Amino acid sequence: MTLAAYPDAAPLAGLIGGVLIGLAAALMLLGIGRIAGVSGIAARATGLADSSLPRTSAWAFVIGLPLGALIVLVAKGGLPANFASPVYLVIAGLIVGIGTRLGSGCTSGHGVCGMSRFSQRSIIATLSFMITGIGTVAVMNAMGLDVLP
Amino acid sequence: MNGRILVPALSGSIFGAGLALGGMTDPARVRGFLDIFGDWDPTLAFVMGGAVLVMVVAWQIQPKLTEPLFGGGFALPGTQDLTPRLIGGSALFGIGWGIAGLCPGPGIAALVIEPISAAIFVGAMLAGMLLARLFERNA
Repeated sequence: MTLAAYPDAAPLAGLIGGVLIGLAAALMLLGIGRIAGVSGIAARATGLADSSLPRTSAWAFVIGLPLGALIVLVAKGGLPANFASPVYLVIAGLIVGIGTRLGSGCTSGHGVCGMSRFSQRSIIATLSFMITGIGTVAVMNAMGLDVLP
Repeated sequence: MNGRILVPALSGSIFGAGLALGGMTDPARVRGFLDIFGDWDPTLAFVMGGAVLVMVVAWQIQPKLTEPLFGGGFALPGTQDLTPRLIGGSALFGIGWGIAGLCPGPGIAALVIEPISAAIFVGAMLAGMLLARLFERNA
């Protein structure tokens, strides 16, 4: 399935991937009563945040992420991966780390788990990072900063 | 292996598979979505839409359970305060997201796809989380 106006988009793969992410988050919610927010879980696993999620549970989730990606990688015989250079990765990583802790969540916690609960906080948080994300890419493009290969 | 390990391990694996399948482990797709004034790629909207749809259903089921299926009680965010910290932190996160096209989930999942680049991002992200924690302790 393709979209005529956006030939490079992968709407069906995106939808199937999204449903899997939703099922994963539903499993955390209904299975052990916790939010599948990756930034919070990663911080919990590494001892950078306190939460009621046991650290072993946090590590199990964090280790699962690349394992699941590995299954898709092997099944598809490769995945496109256009990453920025180390300098940009360090700057972006630092900002993402600080921002997600101050903002109490990221794309998964606020975007997936919070918005679906119609949480006012999560809707505002998601709008905030969408707006600055769009603005950052627009400004970088206007400056001619081509970060991806 | 009990549910407290098995459930998050399974959840994380399905989550990682969904990110990879949906193209979210490729920063070009994510930046393509954020590039609404340029060559826009709507794929991320389908990923987010699919995930939110499933979770809307899960949130309808949740109040009907007195206890999660594998026990341990529900520990869910209860606050509804819109604070400068929430909005400012999220705005900051968006800037980092836009710079490299990576957020925490895809960054960690990509450790098996582009190990060195992903490890640099995840390492810096954890350093940022540590900085936030130190800042809060001294605030």
